[in-house]
Amino acid sequence: MISLLVVVVAQAAPATTKLTSAVTNGLSLGALYALLALGFVIIFKASQVVNFAHGAIAAVGAYFTVYFATVLNVPGRWLIGFPLAVQWGLSVVCAIAATALLGLLIERVTLRPMVGEPLFSVAIVTIGLDIVVRGIANDYIGTNPRPLGDPFGINVWRGGPFNMAYSEIATIAVTLAVLGLVALFLRSRYGVAMRATAFDQEAAMAQGISVGRIFAMAWAIGAALAALAGIFSSLFPRASAGVTQNFTAFFAFRAFPAIIVGGLDSIPGAVAGGFIIGLAESFAGAYLVGETWSFLGSGFAGVVPYLVMLGFLLVRPYGLFGTAEIRRV
Amino acid sequence: MRGRPNLYVSYEDEQAILPTWTKRVLMVVFGLAAVLIPLGAVLQFGERTVQPLGFLAGGDWLRILGTVAITAIAALGLNILTGLCGQVSLGHAFFMGIGAYTAAVLGSPVGAAGVFGSRWGAGLPMWVWLPAAGIVAAMVGALVAPTAVRVRGLYLAFVTLGLVFIGEWMFRTFVAVTGGSQSGRSFPPLNLRLWGIEREGQPATGPGLDLVGDGPSWAPINWLDWLLGPWINLPDTMSSEAKHYVVLGAIAVVFVLFAKNLQRTRIGRSFMAIRDRDIAAEVMGVADAGAKTRAFAISSFYAGVSGALLGAFVTRLIPESFGLDLSVQFVAIILIGGAGTVTGALLGTVFVVVLPRLVQDFSLWLTETVNAGGFLAPVADLVVSTGPGDFGLVSTSQGVTPGLNVAQLNFVLYGVLIIIFLIFEPLGLYGIWIRIRNYWKAWPFTY
Repeated sequence: MISLLVVVVAQAAPATTKLTSAVTNGLSLGALYALLALGFVIIFKASQVVNFAHGAIAAVGAYFTVYFATVLNVPGRWLIGFPLAVQWGLSVVCAIAATALLGLLIERVTLRPMVGEPLFSVAIVTIGLDIVVRGIANDYIGTNPRPLGDPFGINVWRGGPFNMAYSEIATIAVTLAVLGLVALFLRSRYGVAMRATAFDQEAAMAQGISVGRIFAMAWAIGAALAALAGIFSSLFPRASAGVTQNFTAFFAFRAFPAIIVGGLDSIPGAVAGGFIIGLAESFAGAYLVGETWSFLGSGFAGVVPYLVMLGFLLVRPYGLFGTAEIRRV
Repeated sequence: MRGRPNLYVSYEDEQAILPTWTKRVLMVVFGLAAVLIPLGAVLQFGERTVQPLGFLAGGDWLRILGTVAITAIAALGLNILTGLCGQVSLGHAFFMGIGAYTAAVLGSPVGAAGVFGSRWGAGLPMWVWLPAAGIVAAMVGALVAPTAVRVRGLYLAFVTLGLVFIGEWMFRTFVAVTGGSQSGRSFPPLNLRLWGIEREGQPATGPGLDLVGDGPSWAPINWLDWLLGPWINLPDTMSSEAKHYVVLGAIAVVFVLFAKNLQRTRIGRSFMAIRDRDIAAEVMGVADAGAKTRAFAISSFYAGVSGALLGAFVTRLIPESFGLDLSVQFVAIILIGGAGTVTGALLGTVFVVVLPRLVQDFSLWLTETVNAGGFLAPVADLVVSTGPGDFGLVSTSQGVTPGLNVAQLNFVLYGVLIIIFLIFEPLGLYGIWIRIRNYWKAWPFTY
């Protein structure tokens, strides 16, 4: 796939704006996938749960933002006179907090009773959760797209050959900030406890770590990251008019390839996988169009992540940085 | 000692499909009921006549029963792959789509522009397109299997998830076969012709059974009526739905028998060995890759046939029908019914297919209760939302009301049921049945 991309890039060398827009688009897309993958891997590492409901939680996060920013106008109703960016940013914070609470609730009600069950059974529980959360979120979203009330609009920043929507810049900036925060967190007291739990739950317990609390924390962080990704995936360049039914959830499913490419249990892998998948999708969307590629039809870029994933699985079944599973009888 | 449960004096006895007389008698009773009740059998007691469970003979319930038969085939297929061989697949809808579109290409009437017109169709009869749908799906399954065999456990779930999305894109793109997202395409009708190419705008040629439209009862049904004597009477006419039910039910029975028998064969045992511990199975000489490929192929065959029948039954489908939600429905069926058992897969199918109808009837009943007033009305009003601003779980009125509509509620209920069954009863409905049976086996003792 990568060699294919190189060939494609070499062919189209003169078209700098096409190339640069593919790169910038790929980077912002990759940042979104990295955010999603990061939350997923944190949940998986800490609590050994493969969370198929991640996309649904992301959709809920986006919907919460709609609700806080445009329906309730919280906290904007008490901050009259402040710039829109501040009001909206605080609404986003509220939405993220609410989604984190939802993550806590999900973990406590449905996944805590499943501790110790086979990995597969737990994964299927999260498929059930995906249906429940997505179904209810779809009902609240309704049939019409729901604008997020964001300050970015359709503004685009231009610099030389580069064109970037404001929201894309914000996506990348927020992702980098989150990566820094997560790196700091993993070195903190709680982060070390989480890594210990990921390594060996019983040994961590013997050291006085409350494993249940670590699970809850991982779910809160994972849900918060999912919400952030869900919000940014519903903004201008990705979605034309805001949050729509199933869009965010199915968009987030494309982060699964990122996780597989990076390795299910690797945090750097999640980030690397996110950007690889994002760039691959963006380049496919930019270059595999036109007369020659018309047989691919529309929406081919959307399945490129899955194709990359299948290719990677054949070559490296445990991803770039994943731990190979040791099999014993 | 004869007839004691769990006492078998030979291996053949233990391996029998119906090992005890209780099961044999129950099977005959159930089989008769499954034929007689939906066809509208009437019991004659002198002057009085009774039609037990008569509502099942109505057109809409016969359609639900036909859907049960079709869904059961695909569920049995997934049960072989997931329940028997332990391979988690979210890609079942993809194989159903392959089967459905194979059937559509082979069976649809030949258009004015020939076989490869704007919508491909070769106009072949059902006995060609139905097996072909299964075989093509099985071949695609065997093609996918090498990728799937290389990855294990949860990674396989991701691979098959990717398969569904790639498949959906393929179906959307291949407009000549699938008709595209806008309108979809029509599928060949269930039509038991012996030979003859069907052409658009012309009546079908060749002899065969007509499944469309009401007509006199088929000869075997009349023989059965005669055989059952004067106490049980079957009607002299069959509706189109009843004909479909009989044909689909008969096909489903063949697949049930095959699935049941598969568990007793060398191949079935190799699947179970891999499910229980794949490395141990390999050590004992079970070819891991071969068995998994076989499981994929058999499961895909089931899915393909089911997809073809589904297309023929509902007559028009868009490519998006074969998406993730369909796959999840089958995972739900397997888990709610109880993974690894044929009975479980069938129980799960009946439960999941009939559930929407029950939910619909129940919410309509609740709405009537609210409107009628009385002491139950406030209780029902808590559950159902009848107008804008009225709180409730289900909304039955049109327009913007809080609460889920019936379709959404059904979707959410699948999820809730998956979660509840996995947490509280991992063996599913089958596990509940076993628990009840064991209780009465030892009654009045509790062990």
